[in-house]
Amino acid sequence: MTAPDTGDRTPGAAAGSQSSLATALTPVLTVAVSLLGLCLLWGFAANAWPSRAFPGPGQVWQVLLAEAASGDLFYHLGATLGRVAAAYVIAMVVGSVIGVALGSYRSADRFFSPWVILFLNIPALVVIVLAYIWFGLNEAAAIGAVAVNKIPNVVVTMREGARALDPNYAEMAAVYRFGLLDRIRHVLLPQLQPYLAAASRSGIALIWKIVLVVELLGRSNGVGFQIYLYFQLFDVAAILAYTLAFVAVMLVIELLVVQPVERHATRWRRRPA
Amino acid sequence: MQPVGAVVPLRVDIAEKTFRSAQGVSITALQDLSFEVRQGEFACLLGPSGCGKTTTLRILLGLDKDFSGSFQLPEGGSNRIAAVFQEPILLPWRTVEQNVRLALPKSLRTKNLDGLFDTLGLAGMRSLYPAELSLGLARRAALARAFATEPAVLFLDEPFASLDERTAERLRHLLLTVWSARPTTALMVTHNLREALMLSDRIIVLAQRPAHVLGMFDVRLPRHYRNPQVMSDLLRSFHQKFPGVV
Repeated sequence: MTAPDTGDRTPGAAAGSQSSLATALTPVLTVAVSLLGLCLLWGFAANAWPSRAFPGPGQVWQVLLAEAASGDLFYHLGATLGRVAAAYVIAMVVGSVIGVALGSYRSADRFFSPWVILFLNIPALVVIVLAYIWFGLNEAAAIGAVAVNKIPNVVVTMREGARALDPNYAEMAAVYRFGLLDRIRHVLLPQLQPYLAAASRSGIALIWKIVLVVELLGRSNGVGFQIYLYFQLFDVAAILAYTLAFVAVMLVIELLVVQPVERHATRWRRRPA
Repeated sequence: MQPVGAVVPLRVDIAEKTFRSAQGVSITALQDLSFEVRQGEFACLLGPSGCGKTTTLRILLGLDKDFSGSFQLPEGGSNRIAAVFQEPILLPWRTVEQNVRLALPKSLRTKNLDGLFDTLGLAGMRSLYPAELSLGLARRAALARAFATEPAVLFLDEPFASLDERTAERLRHLLLTVWSARPTTALMVTHNLREALMLSDRIIVLAQRPAHVLGMFDVRLPRHYRNPQVMSDLLRSFHQKFPGVV
């Protein structure tokens, strides 16, 4: 009795899981096909205009493998990643504190608002050069310069977040005498979460680009230093290899860290019943 | 009246509370408002809409400090206060149980809440998020949060105002059940006379703006005697004493 039963059921179930698997894979496949298309286009173009300054994807891949095998790639990626992480943490913490303070106190906001606009418009290069001149060619100056470049952006975003805070929650917390840590963790941060996410997203992208400039100007390791080195050697394949490797690292961080954290932080939003 | 020197958990003596609008117009919301709530008493602050009841409550909750006069809350021991607001005001990113436990002082954080959740019919909903609750259930969660803290004084600000009458009636009975099991001094603001007569020991009747106390109405009857017949008698005697109010 059971055998025909399962025989009847299995195809249906398999079809169901197949179609759900297919819908889950479609976006991934689309991305893969799209990237493959770009590589092909690049390959054709490199074949059509053969030049030392325009290597094809195959050559770049060879350089990438060689750099990875020698260990250089990971050493320099690690150095850059460390600077990105340090500058990101400093910029987010300092920027959030200043932004929330300005969003909460109108008079402070009116006074400091011109400062924020001023710092928003100082070119990254000027901050980096000044930091190296004033504080020397060291790690603290490098990371500090990157953070100072990013802080005004975080301030502006978090100031909007603080203005959108719901006073009802703060009053409830006051009546029930929440401690300071509870207020920050359970009342303030969840309300600021969308703004933190926005500041983080735009932050990581901006920071890693500035970190390269910092490394190019005053550090002796990191992706930026390597790119400068290969620029002097006119080795475009190596420049592209380092660039693509770091972009890949950032993509992996986005997929494995940023998106899961965001899913966890928004798990309470109304789900389909 | 209370003998002199007896402990009154809540004594209110607000001389004046004035709001100033952006255009410079000032409105006096409260003037010479003074009353007391006795130990273990469930008192209602009854008055027409917009007469300053919620303003009074906000002052007592410490949310509005811009007034002249004074008030006195219990000192020492368990001097916690709890409030049920017009809206439930649950943190949407925390579950029902987390919302209740977060309001508790550190020493009570791990206490057993099964009895309270059972009484309020929330036993199966402890791990739900507020967005997954109906409005009535969210109010019950707000009640659970207030009673869980074992407050010295409980403040309620028209907690059933935006509910349909049947849900509101069920919640009033639930409130009485929980309150009888954990009697605490309570002050509830309402403009609903029937609600006040059903729930309270004493009604403090407020006049139109600027609010001050018109008089007291004592409901000496135990709550389980307040059947529909008795309620209509109470309503009649209230209207005799305070003609034209509410």
